[in-house]
Amino acid sequence: MKIDVRRNILEANQGLAQENVAFFKKNNVLVVNIMAAPGAGKTSTILKSIEMLRDKIRFLVIEGDIASRIDAEKMENRGIPVVQINTGHMCHLDANMIKGVLDRFEYGQRSILFIENVGNLVCPAEFSLGEDLNVVISSVPEGHDKPFKYPSIYLNADAVILNKMDTMGVIDFDKSLYYEGLSALNSDLPVFEVSCKTGKGFQDWTEWLLDKYVEKFPHHVV
Amino acid sequence: MHELSVTEGLIKIVVEEAKIRNIQKVSRINLVIGELNSIIDESVQFYYDILSKGTAAAGAVLSFKKIAPEFSCRSCGSIFERQSHAFICPQCGGKGVIASKGQEFYIESIEVETDEN
Repeated sequence: MKIDVRRNILEANQGLAQENVAFFKKNNVLVVNIMAAPGAGKTSTILKSIEMLRDKIRFLVIEGDIASRIDAEKMENRGIPVVQINTGHMCHLDANMIKGVLDRFEYGQRSILFIENVGNLVCPAEFSLGEDLNVVISSVPEGHDKPFKYPSIYLNADAVILNKMDTMGVIDFDKSLYYEGLSALNSDLPVFEVSCKTGKGFQDWTEWLLDKYVEKFPHHVV
Repeated sequence: MHELSVTEGLIKIVVEEAKIRNIQKVSRINLVIGELNSIIDESVQFYYDILSKGTAAAGAVLSFKKIAPEFSCRSCGSIFERQSHAFICPQCGGKGVIASKGQEFYIESIEVETDEN
């Protein structure tokens, strides 16, 4: 006997993600899920973005790593409120892990929370955290073929940052092929070409980010 | 790589469904999985056999219906499944843009052995 079920396998995670969405909305927090391969420059991009915007808005950071507090210490050294999640064997963060650390921050002021997901282009794409924005960071040395090899992470992205543009001259990176891959998967995707090393491109990216805060909380002046 | 989390979610739902229907033993679970979800079937079954022990879901066979993503050609409009490195239309060589499918991720049905069958 066959019984129809029709239930999403990840429904438990999605339910918790919705609870996180409500929490963040109530607490004036815009949440940005940063996903990238290891070494693409997630931490550097977060640090540079905060440096650019910290006079305008408060930042909170959740660091997701298999092991270590290396990234959290970088944040702490700059006085940024941070919580480190070590996932152990897990290749991604999920909504329950985020929910479990929400009481570790203070709220009240308008804030942007960066969630630095585990370095991985596969698994993080499938687990909602309660974020407003999914931002994928690519870097020039990774090569131009990533949209073709890891399509799913780009499908639900709200923006892509192409980092390490300062290495463009020395790395064999076919920019038109890269953009072709992105537009096949997600045609309206904004792409920000940046370099954490030189700071180039950060003006556009941080303005876009701040606009997203205003879109979410239009009654707040930033 | 995230098959463990997926399998945990799967078993939770199947056990819940079995309980509300008073089913003692589920024999088969039919899953619909889009290929963009990057799930390895054997790995899910491996975790499943371990994690489902002692539940009404123990020993069930997992059946995976895989759905390939479809692209539509920007030049000729034909719908195609990806054939190559790039998302190129096999009909005319035009560039493809993702059209639908490939992100499905649900339990379609469960099967129970009854006296009638």
